[in-house]
Amino acid sequence: MASLPPLRSGEGSGWGQYPASPGERVRMDAAYYLIQILNGVQYGFLLFLVASGLTLIFGIMGIVNLAHGAFYMVGAYLAFWLDSVTGSFTLALLIGVPVSVGLGLAIERFGFTHLYRRDHLYQVLFTFGLILVIGELRSILWGNDVYGVDVPPLLAGSIPLTETQSYPIYRLFISLACLATAAGLTGLIRYTKLGMMIRAGASNREMVQVLGLDVNRLFMVVFGIGVGLAAFAGMIAAPVNSVHPGMGDEILIISFVVVVIGGVGSIKGAFFGAMLIGLADTFGAVFLPEAAGVVVYALMALVLVWRPRGLFAGG
Amino acid sequence: MQHQKLALPLLFAALAVGIALFPLVGDTFYIRLVAKIVVLGILAMSLDLLVGYTGLISLGHAAFSGTAGYVAAALINKAGILDLPTLLAASLTASGLVALVIGWISVRTTGIYFIMITLALGQMVFFFFHDVSFWGGADGVNLADKPAVAVGETVLLDLSVRINFYYTALACLVLVYLLLTMVLHAPFGQVLRGIRINEARTKALGHDVQRYKLACFVISGLIAGLAGFLEVVRGGFISPAHVNWHESAMVLIVVILGGMGTLVGPVVGAFALVLLEDYVADLTDHWKLVIGLFVIGVVLFLPDGLIGPLAKGGKRRLCLFRRPKETPRESIGDA
Amino acid sequence: MSDTPFVANRRQFLATTAAGVAVAGLPRFAIGAPKRIKVGLMLPYSGTYTLLGNNITDGFKLRLAELGEKLGGVEVEFVRVDDESSPPKAKDNAAKLIVKDKVDVLIGTVHSGVAEAMVQVAREEGTLTIVPNAGSNRITRELCAPNIFRTSFSNWQANHPCGDVVLKDGHRNVALISWNYAAGKEMLDGFKESFVAGGGKIAKEFLPDFPKDEFQAYLTEIAALKPDAVYTFFSGGGALKFIKDYAAAGLQGKIPLYGPGFLTDGVLAAAGPAAEGIKTTLHYALTLDNPVNVKFRESFQKATGREADVFAVQGYDAASLLAQGLTAVKGDIGAKKALYAAMEKAEIDSPRGKFTLSKSHNPVQDIYLRQVKDGKEVVLGVAAKALNDPATGCKA
Repeated sequence: MASLPPLRSGEGSGWGQYPASPGERVRMDAAYYLIQILNGVQYGFLLFLVASGLTLIFGIMGIVNLAHGAFYMVGAYLAFWLDSVTGSFTLALLIGVPVSVGLGLAIERFGFTHLYRRDHLYQVLFTFGLILVIGELRSILWGNDVYGVDVPPLLAGSIPLTETQSYPIYRLFISLACLATAAGLTGLIRYTKLGMMIRAGASNREMVQVLGLDVNRLFMVVFGIGVGLAAFAGMIAAPVNSVHPGMGDEILIISFVVVVIGGVGSIKGAFFGAMLIGLADTFGAVFLPEAAGVVVYALMALVLVWRPRGLFAGG
Repeated sequence: MQHQKLALPLLFAALAVGIALFPLVGDTFYIRLVAKIVVLGILAMSLDLLVGYTGLISLGHAAFSGTAGYVAAALINKAGILDLPTLLAASLTASGLVALVIGWISVRTTGIYFIMITLALGQMVFFFFHDVSFWGGADGVNLADKPAVAVGETVLLDLSVRINFYYTALACLVLVYLLLTMVLHAPFGQVLRGIRINEARTKALGHDVQRYKLACFVISGLIAGLAGFLEVVRGGFISPAHVNWHESAMVLIVVILGGMGTLVGPVVGAFALVLLEDYVADLTDHWKLVIGLFVIGVVLFLPDGLIGPLAKGGKRRLCLFRRPKETPRESIGDA
Repeated sequence: MSDTPFVANRRQFLATTAAGVAVAGLPRFAIGAPKRIKVGLMLPYSGTYTLLGNNITDGFKLRLAELGEKLGGVEVEFVRVDDESSPPKAKDNAAKLIVKDKVDVLIGTVHSGVAEAMVQVAREEGTLTIVPNAGSNRITRELCAPNIFRTSFSNWQANHPCGDVVLKDGHRNVALISWNYAAGKEMLDGFKESFVAGGGKIAKEFLPDFPKDEFQAYLTEIAALKPDAVYTFFSGGGALKFIKDYAAAGLQGKIPLYGPGFLTDGVLAAAGPAAEGIKTTLHYALTLDNPVNVKFRESFQKATGREADVFAVQGYDAASLLAQGLTAVKGDIGAKKALYAAMEKAEIDSPRGKFTLSKSHNPVQDIYLRQVKDGKEVVLGVAAKALNDPATGCKA
């Protein structure tokens, strides 16, 4: 294998070092930490958006939706395509979200319905098949290139924070959008009839059926919402991400971790899990570069040993 | 004890004989392919023990085979150990330990929690091998040499010779099949089946269900470790991709495709999937679409797998008990 | 490995067996040269690198068409395998082409991990192999062999000249960032070698996991460190994201960005103004004005409807190399020694300029310095002339 040993940040492999050791840094002042916290929180918001859809589908429908990342990718590619066709990002959002939701509803109606009575195994494998199919359809429709989506001009600036670093306004917008979605979801679940049904379905599906509520319709709606959330996340993140083939897989596993930590079916759990992971990932990257990936999983393992159902299971 | 239909063991025997005789007629490329299928068959059988017989749907199975492969590779490349028994013992111990730990954390949950936790823990193992540079990083490592069995100066079995490997793998396949058949016929195996059919009832009968599940996990992990060891010797290469959840999902598909809960089904599934992939890849660049549709098709229309009709005869009685496991309530895991 | 007793015995046994098999396996007893050779294409035809796979293929086919659909008077039959850029499947895919389809020449591949595995199989089986992209240093160092050729670059080559470039621009304190995998590390190491030797200092080196593309934390730290410049390698989606994030964080223009050409190739259109000013070194640039390149760009555009790129050039040159070799042996693909010797001595008239091959069969070529101006790659000059990769560890 490569003859040079891997380098840790802070070391110059003996060829020149500045600063001297990992602990010592240039200007590690409050501003630096604040900006990193901002980075972590913003990443956490985006994760929350994706994970919230995943946790709803888990909690209400009891389905392990491996294809969730694929819907995120579909959202991003739709954003790219609609934006290039209509020239307006807003229009792309307005058209793209309903289209994604429609796709989700169709898949639910023609695929999942047949699998509710079956073992989880079949549902899981069905979603895995979906990943392959959606991925290749995407390849046929839009190819395998890497695309960029322009930030809408209104939100294109950056706010200078320090003399070298500015913070993009658009990222702040993403955070706000996620916050609004979180509020909306919580409101939906707490204060509406649909929300009541969702909560009931989450705790006891059979009873809900016996009480005469249409569980099938409930499932359809929930799946549509879940897919919509994933696609919406993919769309609003598209201007800061790059739209590329592997993006679904990358976000899937990390959203799983968020849901596992936060607790299945819990929006609150998804929120806290996402924040935790966002911050852990950001600070892990900076302070523990060689083990950054494992940090997130170690955290998850700790939570699981303490609370196997996640931090906020059932709520 | 139930009367086992003879059809399944006969099918396995036929397969084994076929594989043994194939090198006489097959060409080099297909012999290599069959070796790959045999190793996959062993891995699939180990998963069948978990999924098909005990009802534990694990999405992190590749963690066990991958660990064994990595340990073998590290010992060969860094410590120069080429003694087959030593390498095998070390690899199996490693995969068994990983199975013990992951099992211990996972069996405390059921239903979809179980699936998710095995997925997440499997990915943790993935990141361990991906991030820690000792293991060779994201690109994986090539095996410097292949193991052999030797007494003093005489080489008894050299696995770098392809045909030796082929028959060694076949021998392992047969041994694993016999071992698992014995285990499943024993009282231990009966309890496992009981857990799958109805866990609450089995518990009520006085069995410590968690212990049985954990033991099942470890046995499955050991056999998966054997498959992982064989795979790294076969391919001469291991990388984090071998430990990725995609791998785990594909093994699961192999099990379902062939027919879970039959032991021979997964072997049939291995043949079917590998040959299908080989064939379709030659036809189109979008072969993943075909495989994806195929997976969906199997899930929707062939739930009992390819040998389903063959296996159904002896299973009819069991079907009556399947319902309880499928009610929605149990699927969220409050039991 | 030397203290295990039975290895020597086994080696002997294997050596004699291999020799026997090799003699028995001599391919052609036909009188005269065969009229047709089989070329195996092991490239990514799905996934992130599909465009590269297609461009390499089309570049090769373009050259073939220019030569009248014959290489050295022999017709070509293609067999394709989609390697999915997957290292675990690499050996099986290579075996498919070499053992099952019995190709005469193997062309592949893009991803270095896949290429290394493929090269190992090719070395075992003795198949002529031309690597039209994978830049892993090892392929023409430790893994070099008489039957392995490369028409692209080595990671060291593409980055080494930039060290001097950065120093000449007056930057002595540089931060590095790339993915934590073999290609990323080799790229950065190539740069470090010349940069540090010339007195430069490394402020910090960041190695996020591949293929992680959340860069905010690193950008914040880079901003706090205030280096004179940043040297980076990413490709594909990661490259685009990094360029955009870098600009959005306000670092564009304040801290100049450098890297190998792969950072900007293929993403310029999508990156837009964020890429302005980035300086890169590469063995090719689209805007090179030599007549071969001008004609090549036009023909490629006409034949495929796509803009040419460095990958298409590498595929194009692979065909040229093979053609020169086959012409010298009058189409007799079985005359290996003469064929390899002819290929070794070949001088390729490439769109990148003329180049020859080193003893380890890696291109000896000019490395250009380019800069993004008005959304186009402008050639500022030659950063290194006739650069030869130090084939450390190559025993050919």
